Amino acid sequence: MTVLPVNGGLVLAAGLFAIGLLGVLVRRNLLYTLMCVEIMMNAAGLAFVVAGAKWGQPDGQVFFIFILTVAAAEVAVGLALVNQIYRRFHTLDNDSTSSMRG
Amino acid sequence: MTFAFYLFSCIAILATAMVVTSRHPVHGLLYLVVSFLAVASVFYVLGAPFIALLEVIVYAGAIMVLFVFMIMMLNLGPNVASEESQFLRPSVWVGPSLLCLVLFVEMIYVVVSGEPSATAAASEIDPKQVGVALIGKYYLAVEFASMLLLAGIVAAYHLGKRSLPDETTEEAIQ
Repeated sequence: MTVLPVNGGLVLAAGLFAIGLLGVLVRRNLLYTLMCVEIMMNAAGLAFVVAGAKWGQPDGQVFFIFILTVAAAEVAVGLALVNQIYRRFHTLDNDSTSSMRG
Repeated sequence: MTFAFYLFSCIAILATAMVVTSRHPVHGLLYLVVSFLAVASVFYVLGAPFIALLEVIVYAGAIMVLFVFMIMMLNLGPNVASEESQFLRPSVWVGPSLLCLVLFVEMIYVVVSGEPSATAAASEIDPKQVGVALIGKYYLAVEFASMLLLAGIVAAYHLGKRSLPDETTEEAIQ
């Protein structure tokens, strides 16, 4: 009988989340910001699936499907916003939008 | 089984680190696909084959293709990489890296101190159980998810239009 590395899975989720958070904090390109948000969501979903596998319940996987839905909707809206920002400011720099009013 | 888990975990961490440190968005995107495929393999090892398939199809397939389309639409010039190198100075990334390291150590401490070397018997949760729970216990949440996707479609359509109303008036004034 093989055993599940539950702690290893949670540490992997924590590592992926920390790397994603670092990317959001450091990168100034809007595309990278969106990609790193995806990494963080994926890490949260991994934690859900690991916890579900530990107790042998399908609920963790169900919540991963909901996280997948949220990620898909977020990417659709986020990329449309990136498109608008690039069209108006002709750059993907985060700081270009700091001059917006209203 | 355990060896495969640690191998794919290392691949996932390395590929994700390459995403954050890459200079060109296309390179970062390809590393991100590798990272998602490695995480899908981890899901398979953890006894969630359905989720592993969804990760490959939706994350590595659909969402990444959306990013590729957007990069092709934006048609970024050749000076993107040099611009990124200017942004990524050590004075910019040292502080946030330390903060994230503290967060990571904290999370590891919580995981390890909670239940030392927690392991569970490997049992595969098949798609049937997931489907029964999804449509049975969580049917209301499925309805909310469909409404969220509809809102996403409407917002993406509105924001993706060639010109928004205030933009045209601005151009008319000029």
